[in-house]
Amino acid sequence: MRIQVSLHTPVRHPENSGSFPTDPYVQLVTPDGLRTPDPLYDRWIEDIDGARLQELYIDMAVIRRIDTEATALQRQGELGLWPPLLGQEAAQIGSVRSLRSSDFVFPSYRENGVAYCRGVEPGDLMKVWRGNAGAGWDPYQVNMAPTQVIIGAQALHAAGYAMGITRDGTDDAVISYFGDGATSQGDVNEAMVFAASFNSPVIFFCTNNQWAISEPVTLQAQVPIANRAPGFGIPSIRVDGNDVLAVMAATREALDRARSGNGPTFIEAVTYRMGPHTTADDPTRYRDSAELERWRLKDPLTRLQALLVSMDLFTEEFAAEAARRADDVAAELRAACLGMPDPLPADVFAHVYSEPHSWLDRQQEQYSRYLSGFAGEENR
Amino acid sequence: MTSMTFGRAINAGLRRAMEQDPRVLIMGEDVGKLGGVFRITDGLQKDFGPLRVVDTPLAESGIMGTAVGLAFRGYRPVVEIQFDGFIYPAFDQIVSQVAKMHYRSRGTVKLPLTIRVPFGGGIGSPEHHSESPEAYFTHTSGLRVISVSNPQDAYTMIQQAIASDDPVLYFEPKRRYHVKGEVDEAAAPQLPMGSARVVSEGSDVTLVAYGPLVPTARDAAVAASDEGVSVEVIDLRSLAPIDFATVEASVRKTGRLVITHEAAQSGGVGAEIAASITERCFEYLEHAPVRVTGFDIPYPPARLESHHLPDLDRILDGVDCVLDRPSSLAGVVSGSAAS
Repeated sequence: MRIQVSLHTPVRHPENSGSFPTDPYVQLVTPDGLRTPDPLYDRWIEDIDGARLQELYIDMAVIRRIDTEATALQRQGELGLWPPLLGQEAAQIGSVRSLRSSDFVFPSYRENGVAYCRGVEPGDLMKVWRGNAGAGWDPYQVNMAPTQVIIGAQALHAAGYAMGITRDGTDDAVISYFGDGATSQGDVNEAMVFAASFNSPVIFFCTNNQWAISEPVTLQAQVPIANRAPGFGIPSIRVDGNDVLAVMAATREALDRARSGNGPTFIEAVTYRMGPHTTADDPTRYRDSAELERWRLKDPLTRLQALLVSMDLFTEEFAAEAARRADDVAAELRAACLGMPDPLPADVFAHVYSEPHSWLDRQQEQYSRYLSGFAGEENR
Repeated sequence: MTSMTFGRAINAGLRRAMEQDPRVLIMGEDVGKLGGVFRITDGLQKDFGPLRVVDTPLAESGIMGTAVGLAFRGYRPVVEIQFDGFIYPAFDQIVSQVAKMHYRSRGTVKLPLTIRVPFGGGIGSPEHHSESPEAYFTHTSGLRVISVSNPQDAYTMIQQAIASDDPVLYFEPKRRYHVKGEVDEAAAPQLPMGSARVVSEGSDVTLVAYGPLVPTARDAAVAASDEGVSVEVIDLRSLAPIDFATVEASVRKTGRLVITHEAAQSGGVGAEIAASITERCFEYLEHAPVRVTGFDIPYPPARLESHHLPDLDRILDGVDCVLDRPSSLAGVVSGSAAS
């Protein structure tokens, strides 16, 4: 059965001051923490009670703390680089907490909060950025592919994996994360062609954080990014990416579509990268502080905190518990990072191929002989 | 033994691989009902269905990238690139994703892709249909590159490529698709693949070729023998890694090395062989290795390709050079007597 293509038209919210301020997006909690009804999307989060809201808050607090700690570790010379996710906590938590463990995730390099929620150990989160490994975790233990640096390449991997799910006849789904800049890449557009043509169970999750390093989203797109997908035959949702409930509702709707055999969905989560692109970047060269301050008023944690306060759920006890959980993870992360052994010299040759390879075997043997020439040198 | 064309042998090998492993999928442009523009996948969709022989949208990066995703899911995709010159849009996925995923993931993710590429010239095609892009891929760690020259190898090695857990570029010499040969379909392919084959023995000169030029090299050896020169012809079969042991053993015997390929000369497979053999057995060489190759030009229009492609006479000219006989290459190659 072919999908019916429809573009949802959610209610307009005047405080949407993204790059396309007149375009609507789904918002279920205002920046002041006011829960507003939505006839289309409320049904997807009916089960989210106070306790679940508190868990979502803790998730966001923990990944913000991971981000702070990793940034500090980079500044202290312990990591070569770190791509901060500050400001994007709701987009990551609202989406990843909608998945089940058998779903598969194809991330970019910034979904470290997603990885943490998939069960990646804090130390494994650091491996790539410390330079210890090309991938920090075993993708099949957490059903999440390694970080992807080539912009948008993972959207195709997700589309292909989803074709495999269809062949296997299961109701698993795939989510691919990428940024607003990636939507200019051929691979993301080709992924949408494949996913639409094969009606594949994949979610294209675009974290529109307004900036691709120094390039504003207006350099990538002249219409809201979500408007592109219907042209491929893919329904899309534009959602307030700083509203964890709205992100969750949109993701759950998309997952339901995927699991019921109705194909792909495109989600544009409108958010803001509050920090630099990476720790090597200086955003003061290309964006003004007033913009940053406007977005600070929409902070995802402050917003959820206000909602919890209004429900009498942000007690001193709860705040302390959230802080403690975040501190514990940060301590674990720091200890794992500092205690991480360097790889062995022979590891440089390991796993290039599955099977013996005469060229590499020769080089490895030669290098091993070279290294053995230094044996015992420190004793002399 | 069955007599069949080169193209039919690949088809038979694909069929056998699909029968033996339900995870093997074929994907590419026009591979289904049409059976591919060269009919290499003819009849496979009819017998295995559209979920295993997949006609894809016209997007090479898309084909390669979705094959990566299918491999993540446990499938073994066999991807057809329609023509050599169309592989470049997929280059990023091949070199950045296919080649590196196993290394990056410390061996946890295997990408057992087979990438079939009809390659090379000599069939009078328009531009972008006759290229020899193999050197780009031999330079990329994580990939294996093979090129077959006869129906038996085509049949055997396509199965080896599919069975390998490493990604394999499988270059098919399209101008030889209709050449017939004997194929033993009962022969079980054994890993590892890619040992070089001595096509015909000789004692004066080692002549190394692969893919479409193997028959030309063999013809050159026959012509040389008429002049009393004994040429040993080696079919590399594997371009990455190259079976240097076989080439080295031959050069230790003959002391002279000529390498021929259609691809442009500089930075090519021939350069790798010349350098490696010089490193490995310099003291056995009576003459600097010589390359007889395509020129360093974009593939020319069809009415010029006979000038670009090495033929029997150009190969013999290279043989003359390493024998210190008068040749067009004399004085060009270091150590030659300019006469």
